[in-house]
Amino acid sequence: MIRFLLHRTLQGIVLILIVSMIGFAVINLAPGGPLSQYALTPGISQADLERIAHQMGLDRPLPIQYLDWLSKLIVGDWGSSYRDQSPVLSVIWRHMWATLLLMGCATVISVVLGTLIGVLGALRRYSLFDYVATVGAMIALSIPTFWFGLIAIFFFSLELGWLPAGNMYTVGDQSLGDYAIHLIMPSAVLALVNVAIWSRYMRASTLDVMDQDYVRTARAKGLPRWRIISAHIVRNALIPMITLAGLQLPTIIGGALVTETVFTWPGLGRLFIDSLGYNDYPVIMGLLMFSAILTVVGNFLADVGVALADPRIRLG
Amino acid sequence: MTKTAFSSLSHPSRRGFLGMTLMTTAGLGLSTLPGPARAQASGQVIVGVSQEPTIFNPHLLHIEVDDGIHWAVFDPLLVVEPDGTLAPRLVTEVPTVENGGVSADGTEWKITLKEGVTWHDGTPFTAEDVKFTIELQQNPDFRAARRDGHELVEEITVISDTELSWKMTSAFAPYMAILASTFIVPKHAFDGVDPNEAPFNQAPIGTGPFVWDSRTPGDNIQLVAYPDYHGTRASIARVVIKYVPDLTVLYTQFKTGDIDVIALQGISADHYAEASALPGKTVLAVPAGSVETLAINTGNPVLSDQAVRQALYLGVDKDTIIEALYYGLPTPTESYMPQQSFYYNPDLPKHVYDPDAGKALLDAAGWLPGDDGIRVKDGKRLSFTCSTTSGNHVREQMQQFLQQGWKDMGIEMEIGNLPPAVMWGDHWMQSQYDMAVVGIIFLTGPDPDTLTFMHSQAINAQGGEGQNTFQIALPELDALLEKGATTVSPDARKPIYAQVQTIIRDQLPFLPLFQRNEVRGHQANLEGFTPNVNVRMNFWNMQDWRWV
Repeated sequence: MIRFLLHRTLQGIVLILIVSMIGFAVINLAPGGPLSQYALTPGISQADLERIAHQMGLDRPLPIQYLDWLSKLIVGDWGSSYRDQSPVLSVIWRHMWATLLLMGCATVISVVLGTLIGVLGALRRYSLFDYVATVGAMIALSIPTFWFGLIAIFFFSLELGWLPAGNMYTVGDQSLGDYAIHLIMPSAVLALVNVAIWSRYMRASTLDVMDQDYVRTARAKGLPRWRIISAHIVRNALIPMITLAGLQLPTIIGGALVTETVFTWPGLGRLFIDSLGYNDYPVIMGLLMFSAILTVVGNFLADVGVALADPRIRLG
Repeated sequence: MTKTAFSSLSHPSRRGFLGMTLMTTAGLGLSTLPGPARAQASGQVIVGVSQEPTIFNPHLLHIEVDDGIHWAVFDPLLVVEPDGTLAPRLVTEVPTVENGGVSADGTEWKITLKEGVTWHDGTPFTAEDVKFTIELQQNPDFRAARRDGHELVEEITVISDTELSWKMTSAFAPYMAILASTFIVPKHAFDGVDPNEAPFNQAPIGTGPFVWDSRTPGDNIQLVAYPDYHGTRASIARVVIKYVPDLTVLYTQFKTGDIDVIALQGISADHYAEASALPGKTVLAVPAGSVETLAINTGNPVLSDQAVRQALYLGVDKDTIIEALYYGLPTPTESYMPQQSFYYNPDLPKHVYDPDAGKALLDAAGWLPGDDGIRVKDGKRLSFTCSTTSGNHVREQMQQFLQQGWKDMGIEMEIGNLPPAVMWGDHWMQSQYDMAVVGIIFLTGPDPDTLTFMHSQAINAQGGEGQNTFQIALPELDALLEKGATTVSPDARKPIYAQVQTIIRDQLPFLPLFQRNEVRGHQANLEGFTPNVNVRMNFWNMQDWRWV
């Protein structure tokens, strides 16, 4: 087990280093820089921009800038945002909890509903329910989230006036109920696609398990139907889902981007897009590192999770 | 959503107490109060913006939307009214040659500050703060966004707490307008800290009508009325500046009432008609200082011919472009100068759409159709590339429309659009383009000086410094611009800039298309929202906003 941990940690560090190097090179080699957006600002001359670039150290050779960034990162200094001068970690953290709230709700909805629909669909294969679920999933997967979000706003906010048209809270309220009512639409919209994905995977996985010998054995032993389903079918069918969940961990950065935009939710996805738009290198690099770390950790957790759930798999 | 009782509940004590004090003193007849006394501020306004304000030190490099926060939290010495005249804000009167504020040669200045002004933290505002603010721009270690004008200031002398004088190494008429957008920052907030990283930059302290309250990154900024403001006190107790990045979503939230004011980027032209009909909302087309042009690189061997530029302009069906692509919203123009400006020249020749006249002009200039129908002169084909920011659909449609029109005249235009960072990088700054669709704000505030856009020394591609990316270089124009920049009296400057506009209209270093109008909207019962073409954000008079 320790060997496994060491091995994976080393692997992770090497991976993250490579990602950081490629990422740093790509964002710096892309045309334009953190100051290019100011070119058309009235009264700003190119000499002004060059002077400021020099003051910010942006005119140094790229490898030097990278090493400077890396050496600071190693001692825990992730740098400061060019946009608002806040430390990168605090910028990420302040946006992350908004995303976690939204993603958390959406994930709970989609896992519960997705599992239910998937299992039911598999148990009653080719029934009316199964067809409706299949077609529904296809439709849900094909609807652009942006459009669906706006339609939801149109009906529930503009026409019916039941739900707020966006935002995380009402300025000045910020009670739990206020957050909850603001969460309904975005998490439902975000969950829609995920329910479809989860139900499709769950259905396939359940069908797979249902044909296994041990299920037939269990049935032959005369176990009650609900025992077979809960203890033998669903439990085993969920194992691939753990891997899926682990792989989805890094998507918290970009996964809710569109929903965050439609519902003006101040999360990580929007932070990422804004930072890219403004060439805010320290924040982009911070998010990239964060995402790389989540990928490594997510994979690791998935492996450990599968091993815990499936006694046949031993780590090491 | 609006006017919730919450805002007055959350900070009741201080304002409530102050309001009561004011009423009591007024009742006792002791009405010698600094600034006009007014009913206690109440209610809240949510302002929607499509860019996030992040830079709160007004002297660091920042974008348009940041200006809004600066206007609310800080004061400049002077402000520009919508009609372009200057009014005192922190000074007792606008310095002029007549009142002795500026010497006749424009090099010696003396100003008197208002008394009884305090910073939001209670510290008195003094002449030292003004001196510090100007010197900050000159500080080599500070990443000052712009040093124009401030560089020329020397020998700043604090005569008393409210009096200040300085000299300028040479007369620079635009300095008055620069002062009208130079927000004064408190000296004490920078004591012993690196001005680039002062805590002040994230929690600004000003003398302005609103006090910085809080910021939720990526979401909103909250400001509250400053009860001790030296001028007209704000009537709205709390202003929430809400960041809504998508324009469609911004408009939807305006319709639902989640936001009260659409400030920046406003309502897109295609929604203008619908928005105007919304019940309970006031929607206005507000003139902006930005002029949409087809910029021409006169260094290009084909486009260097003035006849070609004139023929191109004759081939622009401006009315159709404005009506069909821009929903009739923009105002056609012949000048780079906003039509609201005191210096605008209304007598420039009117543009006509006359492709036949254009063809005749090209024939006469020796550009004759070649085998493929495209005109040729001295072995050069009349062909060039037009570029702009890719993804701007309206501009792309306009390019295609122009392409067709010009093709019928024997002119070949190719479209080569680029992502913003590439487009406005060296491609634009170093004049590597042929023709570009670009909206430019030529003026700095209300000042007519355009030296950096039109002087022969301002061509980056030729080793100069500035934004003369058109590469226009005429001795006559240089002389006029230099004269205008050193002439102090507005009446004396007016004919100079009328002449500059005439030359530009004749030379056509850019084809002027139209002056932009931006669509702004607010709740109909919010009064006091006053557009001002001289500022980038209409927060300049937020203290005058009020619910009725």
